[in-house]
Amino acid sequence: MISLAGRDILHAWGKFVFTGVGLGLLIGVTLTMAGVYRGMVDDGKALLDNSGADLWVVQQGTLGPYAESSSVFDDLWRDIRTMPGVAQAANVTYLTMQVGTGDADVRAMVVGIAAGGSGEPGWPPYLVAGRHITRGHYEAVVDISAGVRLGDVLRIRRNHYTVVGLTRRMVSSSGDPMVFIPLKDAQEAQFLKDNDAILMQRRRTEGNPEFNRPGVPGLVDAVIASQTSNSYVNAILVRLQPGFAAQDVAVPLRRWKRLTVYDRAEMEGILLGKLIATSARQIAMFLVILAVVSAAIVAFIIYTLTMDKIREIAVLKLIGTRNRTIAAMILQQALVLGVLGFVVGKIAATFAAPLFPKYVLLVPIDSVLSFAAVLAICVVSSLVAIRVALKVDPAQAIS
Amino acid sequence: MAKSGIRIERLAKRFGSGDTAVLALKDANMQVAPGEVVGLIGPSGSGKSTLLKCLGAVIDPTAGRMILDDTVIYDDGWKVRDLRALRRDRIGFVFQAPYLIPFLDATDNVALLPMLAGVANDAARERARELLTALDVAHRAQAMPAQLSGGEQQRVAIARGLVNRPPVILADEPTAPLDSARAMAVIRILNDMARRFETAIIVVTHDEKIIPTFRRIYHIRDGVTQEEAGEGRGFES
Repeated sequence: MISLAGRDILHAWGKFVFTGVGLGLLIGVTLTMAGVYRGMVDDGKALLDNSGADLWVVQQGTLGPYAESSSVFDDLWRDIRTMPGVAQAANVTYLTMQVGTGDADVRAMVVGIAAGGSGEPGWPPYLVAGRHITRGHYEAVVDISAGVRLGDVLRIRRNHYTVVGLTRRMVSSSGDPMVFIPLKDAQEAQFLKDNDAILMQRRRTEGNPEFNRPGVPGLVDAVIASQTSNSYVNAILVRLQPGFAAQDVAVPLRRWKRLTVYDRAEMEGILLGKLIATSARQIAMFLVILAVVSAAIVAFIIYTLTMDKIREIAVLKLIGTRNRTIAAMILQQALVLGVLGFVVGKIAATFAAPLFPKYVLLVPIDSVLSFAAVLAICVVSSLVAIRVALKVDPAQAIS
Repeated sequence: MAKSGIRIERLAKRFGSGDTAVLALKDANMQVAPGEVVGLIGPSGSGKSTLLKCLGAVIDPTAGRMILDDTVIYDDGWKVRDLRALRRDRIGFVFQAPYLIPFLDATDNVALLPMLAGVANDAARERARELLTALDVAHRAQAMPAQLSGGEQQRVAIARGLVNRPPVILADEPTAPLDSARAMAVIRILNDMARRFETAIIVVTHDEKIIPTFRRIYHIRDGVTQEEAGEGRGFES
């Protein structure tokens, strides 16, 4: 038996190709949306991977340092370092802000890293060009996606930083490139007020009789000094000694240091379950809408193609064609349209993904699931047309 | 199976029920022998199409009897279970317009029927080519319907009606869209094929040009058929 669907497609290939390309572009958008979500998840995981930490020690009762603000004293790391099972502990600050690059600026996550060197928690684990930070001030290592080059000068608050190293895939959970600078500079950028504000605060403090008491010399100076000091960081990153489980160290830290401690799994849960959850739901809604639109378009196309052949279907039924042969013809056409659309969509998504400003990750399992979904949509969409075709009265062929 | 053509007795068809019932076919009687071509004529609304649809097993008669090649296929109810197979294997159709499948070439338009009946593709195409040769359109065997002239399309349609060697062919206004010369050519072909394949052919027509060619004519008026001798002597091969 010849393939009626195949013959019809070959006969009207132009119509099928153009329809398939149109559908493919829609499927391409769907695949790209899925890639955007995967990219967000991958960015979140990259953030955790690149920190090099096994534990994140943050302010008690917060979801810091990524999902909520967190402040802990910058000397706590010494206490933590002495705990059993702790191999390394390092202060870190995170601040997402606009970083000036020449005349423009770029959204970036500024990371303050403690003195030490490559391999310390918080430091970029590898560079693609240049060197690590070696000075205590005004040097930066920047993710390549920020669009800067070695030797460029960045402006963060009122200070300027020279780019001495470039790294790759060091991004925040939002996909913003990371800018690594010395911890002290980062603390200033995050906590220190501008000169006018400091001056204003000094005057207010001096004018406050509680602090500027007659007969208590030095009190007001001490208060002012405490107000201008930067003794906070956002978190302490902890790397464990071999043989210690995360909770073996986390439990005593929570109990005795009165801090909140997250291990890798918990931090991943915060990032994926809370920080990007809303965005993920947003994308999921888009995916649902796109799937419904795709289904509607396939259904409409198949319905139109079937209606164009009503007379032929009546003749086929009159001359004894089985219903299942006619249904198979319509179903096969819908599936061919789906396969064609998927191939076009996959190619379009693959070529379009690198053009997006944020990371779009196309994973094979999404392609497999999308392919199955497209075929399922095509099957469901063809049911309306099949129903119409099976209702055609063969008597229509007779005048 | 011996060929004895088609015979219908007291065939009736009622549409609707109660006060709105319409008796479209009251008393239709007809007998067409193998190799014979008869005309079925009548004014609009006389019941021609209803009779054709009953003969084609497309609609159910209300009462009566139909005998095809000595086999009772309807006797106040269908006596065959699979009407689709009956239409496919034992009744041929030729329509007013050729209604060829536009995405199949001439050969496959004809070969489709035997293929539907389970004949192997090659054998079905061979059978189609033989018929196209007999109908003098073999040179257009690979052409798509849109590339065929009106006359060629109608000959391919006739080949499709004949390909399963049915004992009866129902031709519904087969010459309506054709000019006189082509209409006469189609009637000549139908006569030739009827004789060659011992097929009974019933031609429903309004076409004044071809009515004189029938040896026998059935007039239908208000759902009642009446036989009369035609003026024609058919076409000698």
